[in-house]
Amino acid sequence: MAAYNLKTLTDKPERLTGGHRMCAGCGAPIVVRTVLRALKPEDHAVVGTATGCLEVSTCIYPYTAWKDSFIHSAFENAAATVSGAEAAYRAMSRTGKVNGTTKFIAFGGDGGTYDIGFQSLSGAMERGHDMVYVCYDNEAYMNTGIQRSSSTPKYADTTTSPAGSDIPGKVQFKKDLTMVMAAHNIPYVAQSAPFRNMRDLYEKAEKAIYTPGPAFLNVMAPCPRGWRYNTPQLMEVVRLAIDSCVWPLYEVIEGKFVLNYKPRKKIPVVDYLKPQGRFRHLFTKENEGLLEELQQEVDRRWNRLLELCGEA
Amino acid sequence: MAIKDKLSGNEAVAIAMRQIDPDVVAAFPITPSTEVPQYFSQFVANGQVHTEFVAVESEHSAMSACIGAEAAGARTMTATSSQGLALMWEMLYIAASLHLPIVMSVINRALSGPINIHNDHSDSMGARDSGWIQLYCEDNQEAYDNLIQAVRIAEHKDVQLPVMVCFDGFITSHAVENIELIEDEKVKAFVGEYKPGYHLLNKDNPIALGPLDMPAFYFEHKRAQAECMQNAKKVIMEVAQEFEKLTGRKYGFFEEYRMDDAEVAVVVLNSTAGTAKTVVNELRDQGIKAGLIKPRVFRPFPFEEIGKALSGLKAVAVMDKAESFSTAGGPLFAEIRSAMFDYAKDTKAINYIYGLGGRDVRADEIKLVYQDLIDIARTGQVKSTFNYLGIRE
Repeated sequence: MAAYNLKTLTDKPERLTGGHRMCAGCGAPIVVRTVLRALKPEDHAVVGTATGCLEVSTCIYPYTAWKDSFIHSAFENAAATVSGAEAAYRAMSRTGKVNGTTKFIAFGGDGGTYDIGFQSLSGAMERGHDMVYVCYDNEAYMNTGIQRSSSTPKYADTTTSPAGSDIPGKVQFKKDLTMVMAAHNIPYVAQSAPFRNMRDLYEKAEKAIYTPGPAFLNVMAPCPRGWRYNTPQLMEVVRLAIDSCVWPLYEVIEGKFVLNYKPRKKIPVVDYLKPQGRFRHLFTKENEGLLEELQQEVDRRWNRLLELCGEA
Repeated sequence: MAIKDKLSGNEAVAIAMRQIDPDVVAAFPITPSTEVPQYFSQFVANGQVHTEFVAVESEHSAMSACIGAEAAGARTMTATSSQGLALMWEMLYIAASLHLPIVMSVINRALSGPINIHNDHSDSMGARDSGWIQLYCEDNQEAYDNLIQAVRIAEHKDVQLPVMVCFDGFITSHAVENIELIEDEKVKAFVGEYKPGYHLLNKDNPIALGPLDMPAFYFEHKRAQAECMQNAKKVIMEVAQEFEKLTGRKYGFFEEYRMDDAEVAVVVLNSTAGTAKTVVNELRDQGIKAGLIKPRVFRPFPFEEIGKALSGLKAVAVMDKAESFSTAGGPLFAEIRSAMFDYAKDTKAINYIYGLGGRDVRADEIKLVYQDLIDIARTGQVKSTFNYLGIRE
């Protein structure tokens, strides 16, 4: 692998063009562009998306922002849909009906991945299709107006887990989907984010795309509407998530856990929560205990990850 | 020379699938269609087909994978029943709206609840407005013949719509009957090679499928879909004529049995038509001018043709093996009667709902239906339009 150089890599032609209608300060298109940049220029891709912000903002008839072949069918089945296209590629390669290399990539939000699309995802990964599933995780149903998902972190204020006088936002912790996917024992699973110069995400995308068999990437993709941060703060919010160990960067290669980033100084979880309006209600005297509870859970999960990665 | 054999309906369609040798089959087990992917996966395991068999984790994923595969330019087939079709519901509409010529055997079974594995038509009748072409089959021979024709109909450039081939669970799917198979190479020649105009795997011409469609375009796209369904009528007849040249077996929109001088007739789908034909023969022996119409094509609905076929009759009974809960008769009755309003206004029409959840329908019960028609023909009076047959009230 050549030395990573963002400047050179961004000279590659964009495979998701500008002019799409995603919000300013949204993490998703950055994630998508970085993942697609990892494709070899000569390789064709079939990209599938679940219904969600990404789909309805990038492919509005008669326009499309996708340079590769693109398919959207429904909300809960991006994995199954792309798995069908991959099966077609296998069969038609055997008969010589198609030539050249085509790679298969599905994108879904956390709603379409952790929740309604989970069965379809699990099935496609178990069947061993040569495809990558990328979850752009913005931690709620943003397209329908910020409803809680199983990915929403505890105590976040969403429109179906509103912070009220009796209940301080979502009452459950976030599902750990990356670990669930690691338990599928597929060749490659990784957790990433648009971080610093994108090297982490780019290299994981490259591995995911070019490792034969199924691969899963879980990528933090903050949403300025749902998380309520100022749009220019996108990259900063991601950095805080990573430096507080709320969103660790790691990969599971053929079952082996590898930690990709260990903060020199682990910052408190409150530093990550503070710039986000969805946690504003926690910063009162009576809710101090809740902040402590969140810190303890982050620590518990981080320590467990360190053990798995042999870093404890 | 045709090959004479004895096969169940499920075996027959699995053999048709082997002969068609599709690129992709994605399927999930559900009684009574399970044998179709079972037999077929054995053909895959034995290297008798080149197909990629995708053993999905649900019927929703079966249809989703079929959509992905067909969009990628693969000839794609599947099979299901009842709850399986119900779970596919969302994707049926999407498959049709994306103009993907997927071919599916629907082995008709009652819908839950209560759960019941036996035959009625509530599954495919519920999917009648999903944009799929629907062909109905009386026996294993028709299931086999229709499946082969379905590939040609679906993939025709003027149609480009998915087709479901519906036949009765257990009665047709599991009962072994005589059948005439076509030689492998003749089936291959008949269906030909699939050459889709656009597909996802053409890197020189990438396409985008499934966009968000706003009010400025959605309506035109649905209208275009309806146009394809309209075109299907001509194509269905052309394919049937070609099939007749190949096999000698004649297919149309519907079968007319002893209708030439008929005064009363029953309209009924699938295997019950076989039972009803024996009743027609008995009545004919008694000098009663009884006939039968067995629709084969329900989508597109042959409105004019079936309306005209019923004109001049004194009375018609439409038998529905599905309850629509409209309180105004079953789904077949609603459509037939609508056609009669334009073409057979003077013919009296009644409805019988029968056989739900696999309740046997016997020849003596069908005789009661004809007796009702004979009384109406004689008196001109309809005592009851909406009726149930063979039920404990």
